[in-house]
Amino acid sequence: MERLRRKSQYIFTLLANAYWLFPWRSPIYQGPLKKICFPGLNCHSCPAATMSCPIGALQNLLATLRPSLQMGQIHFGAYVLGSLGLIGSIGGRMPCGWICPFGLLQKWLFLLPVPKLSFWRPFRMGPYLFLVVFVVLLPILVVDPLGYGSTWFCKYVCPAGTLEAGIPLLSLDQGLRCAAGWLFAYKFIVLILLLIWCTVTSRPFCRAICPLGAIYGLFNRISWLRLRFHPDRCVQCKACLTICPTGISFYNGLDDLNSAACIRCLRCLSICPANAVSLEFGPVQEDIGKAVNTIES
Amino acid sequence: MRRYLPLFVTIAFIVLLALGIWSGEVPVVWHKAITICLSCIGIG
Repeated sequence: MERLRRKSQYIFTLLANAYWLFPWRSPIYQGPLKKICFPGLNCHSCPAATMSCPIGALQNLLATLRPSLQMGQIHFGAYVLGSLGLIGSIGGRMPCGWICPFGLLQKWLFLLPVPKLSFWRPFRMGPYLFLVVFVVLLPILVVDPLGYGSTWFCKYVCPAGTLEAGIPLLSLDQGLRCAAGWLFAYKFIVLILLLIWCTVTSRPFCRAICPLGAIYGLFNRISWLRLRFHPDRCVQCKACLTICPTGISFYNGLDDLNSAACIRCLRCLSICPANAVSLEFGPVQEDIGKAVNTIES
Repeated sequence: MRRYLPLFVTIAFIVLLALGIWSGEVPVVWHKAITICLSCIGIG
């Protein structure tokens, strides 16, 4: 299972960044694939990006909500939210564990042999804060005299934009290098701090910041694909907690197995020696005894 | 009712997706994605 997941992460990272003609043609891909929102966090200003970033696209639509309303158009992000909701309703937060290039980067960084720190649980509210304030409210409410807002999350927070777009584009273009000022310096420091955090804590961006994960996480309990914990089989070995990249402690009832923090990597399913975790796909089961279409681990 | 919640949610978001396509959001998303986002790269 873990090998399959690794392959999936590599394949989707390559698919999301498959435009390698940028040194010779246009600095970023401008083809029709950019009409599609990539299910993971991947900046669409990255020179190699083939699809659009859902968080960037949502902010852009909300930042231009007032002018679009004045022109008689209702562009509130239905296309982006519909795309994310459709994916989320099927697999919940599975794209975070199986598709997201920034998740893959965090996984690599955490493998570095440095002392590790545990994650402070109140930070779990962070993704919702960033989603509501930086992705939704600020782009709508803080506008210029013409009614145009800004993409606050991209501008002041997103490390993926700095890493995947800022650094490569500034390296390639002297004009952009000359235009870079305090904002780039600030974003670069944010990126460095986050990368350091990734080396000492497992998936800190997913757990404390990512607004895309916050959206997908809302579907974890009601998606077609869900995990099921069988407490009667559990031997309390804690193998699931040890291996969980987001530190979900469901074996002792502290967390729900399908909590919004679960990135559906399915490592708990693979490692459990007592088959106490299973995967199910279908309507929500009211009674465990009536479970149908259940795939045992 | 709760049993079929995933089905209702999926249908609701398919409708939302169709609404977004119908209202012309796709060209807006595309246009923004094919121009370099200065905010994203820390310039504008």
